[in-house]
Amino acid sequence: MSGINKKKLQDWFWAYLMILPTLAGTLIFSIWPLIQSFYLAFTKWGAFGSYEWGGTVNFERMLGDTVLWQSLRNTIVYTVGSVPAGIALSIVVAALLNTKIRGMSTYRTLYFLPVVTMPVAVAMVWRWLYNADFGLLNHMLRSVGIEGPRWLTDPKYAMLSLIIVSVWSSIGYNMVIFLSGLQGISKQYYEAADIDGASAFVQFFRITLPLLTPTIFFVTVTSLISAFQVFELIFTMIGINSPVIRHTQSIVFYFYRQAFVNMDKGYASAIALLLFAIIMAVTIVQFRLQRRWVHYE
Amino acid sequence: MIAALALSAAAQADVTLSYRFWDLNQAPAIEEIARAFEAKNPGIKVEIEVIPWAQYWTNLETAATGRNLPDIFWINAPNFELYASNGMLLPLDDRLAKSSLISIEDYPEALAAIYNYRGKQYGIPKDFDTIGLWYNKELFDAAGIAYPDEAWTWDDLIKAAVALTDEANQVWGIAAELNLQSGFGNTVHQAGGYIINEDRTKTGIAEPEAIEGLKFWTGLIHVHKASPSMAQMTDTEPVSLFESGRVAMYFTGSWNAIRFANNEYTKDRVDVAVLPKGKERAVMIHGLANVIAANTKYPEEAWKFVEFLGSKEAMEIQAKTGTVIPAYMEMTDLWVNSIPQFNLRAFMDQLDYAVPYPASVRAGHWQQLLVDCLIPAWAGEVSIEEAAQEAQRQIQEVLDSERR
Repeated sequence: MSGINKKKLQDWFWAYLMILPTLAGTLIFSIWPLIQSFYLAFTKWGAFGSYEWGGTVNFERMLGDTVLWQSLRNTIVYTVGSVPAGIALSIVVAALLNTKIRGMSTYRTLYFLPVVTMPVAVAMVWRWLYNADFGLLNHMLRSVGIEGPRWLTDPKYAMLSLIIVSVWSSIGYNMVIFLSGLQGISKQYYEAADIDGASAFVQFFRITLPLLTPTIFFVTVTSLISAFQVFELIFTMIGINSPVIRHTQSIVFYFYRQAFVNMDKGYASAIALLLFAIIMAVTIVQFRLQRRWVHYE
Repeated sequence: MIAALALSAAAQADVTLSYRFWDLNQAPAIEEIARAFEAKNPGIKVEIEVIPWAQYWTNLETAATGRNLPDIFWINAPNFELYASNGMLLPLDDRLAKSSLISIEDYPEALAAIYNYRGKQYGIPKDFDTIGLWYNKELFDAAGIAYPDEAWTWDDLIKAAVALTDEANQVWGIAAELNLQSGFGNTVHQAGGYIINEDRTKTGIAEPEAIEGLKFWTGLIHVHKASPSMAQMTDTEPVSLFESGRVAMYFTGSWNAIRFANNEYTKDRVDVAVLPKGKERAVMIHGLANVIAANTKYPEEAWKFVEFLGSKEAMEIQAKTGTVIPAYMEMTDLWVNSIPQFNLRAFMDQLDYAVPYPASVRAGHWQQLLVDCLIPAWAGEVSIEEAAQEAQRQIQEVLDSERR
């Protein structure tokens, strides 16, 4: 009984009171729906939310659902296309903006603007830029004699178009994280390298990158998780009736279609469960691999 | 004295009804109707909510699942039975019988019948619509082609569309939009086929006649090259193409008359004619109804508003603003004359051979499946026969599930 006295209890009470709002929010809007999803994945659905226990019927259906596996393939293509490129570009931009150039804070603001712009507004403007017949991109290409592709309606280009918008809008966010990582690298290393006569190029690859690996690890894990969950880009820029929807549909978009268009929340929950398992597996693998390449000081 | 004041204040407490629908073009007329109703019924306020068509049904189903439907809302034929059969709508028979303002005989029987389920009336008809062949007079004049008229056949349309197409300048004869109500629903019936049969047990989408009707459109895109491609129509909406003079002809409904009348470009340059004849004449007819949520907190007030919406006064406002054809036969002339520069009579002339928009318990669902199957055919990736076969399989599955 020693140690737990009235003062400690009082402290604990206030501590819990302070975190209560966020805790309640997380429990009600994140944890409870998560538990519900696990349960609903095993149910069969009728009209307007009426459901009953269905056992593994949803998972059996998943095995034969070619559209689901196509969506998974699309998601992987999107992830492989957007994550490495996004991270690499963010590092380069952060490194450049870490030097004392004129107008540095203006540049930082400009790069960060896409992050704070409403996703729907971003999608609308890009849709107009990408419009194959009347849009600005192809108009500029035509003026130099190139016939631009159908960015959003050609199956060969639609995914690339989405990746471009995704990288563009995420550079700013990752750049800020990398900037803070860069500023944690001691200047002494660079001074020593200068004395030894190392060029900026060599310094970047031998000093900056290795010491940045903890930040790179963090950004990679979070970027992969969010890339696997891509939805609004496809919803706003492609749409459910587009001829390329089969080629660009992500897993979460397919989930949305099942949950809110076909009103089959049981099957949708099973899909969500599958995605959960995949992301979990990918993240575990990343954590295991980190001791191979991440240098912690 | 204070008690009396408090009581009367409570009686005056405003009831706010929520009224949800999807067409922003109709919002001004509906605002007018709502204000007229509020003036006659102090203490009741009507709050209008417009949800765009693309999200309307998803939004409504989510609301219904959460038992949180708006008090009054629009419903259409393909979605009506889903809501009625699941007890989401308030039956109106008793109140309708006692009403001094409206009676079920005021409306065309066919329209009222759509919104009657198992002997109970759930919806009060609001309007009806048919499809017309809208055309750009300026483009026709420039090409020296006579305007479409009642004598036109499919061949006349195809010939004109080819002649009007100037791909180098990004102008096409017609926009072959993938749409059941305004597009292939009409041509399938004009070819002698059908989408689903009368007792909703079978779909005819893969039969030779229906395939003819579908090929009318894919032919215009891929064979005659007189229409923008599916990709082009996805990048830019067909109605926008029509409104910017990029397509000379466009099948769309009477509900767009007011849109074209308000649009800077189209208001003096376009007109409308009856649909051309295929093997037969046919046109899709459809009408909306106002319904009340079964679990509304204010059934009496909601009924008062729905009653008003179905009355002569509201119908007159709808008609003379050119907004939609009212579901009151004696008022249709008001609508026909509301936008004099358009030949709106064309919509009424087709009533003799009008075919009702296909409906069944899960029509909203199988109609999306049908469009999903036809998209690759419109895009030229699969043949119409293949797409129709797949559609037939999927639609039949849903129709069978309805009967279980």
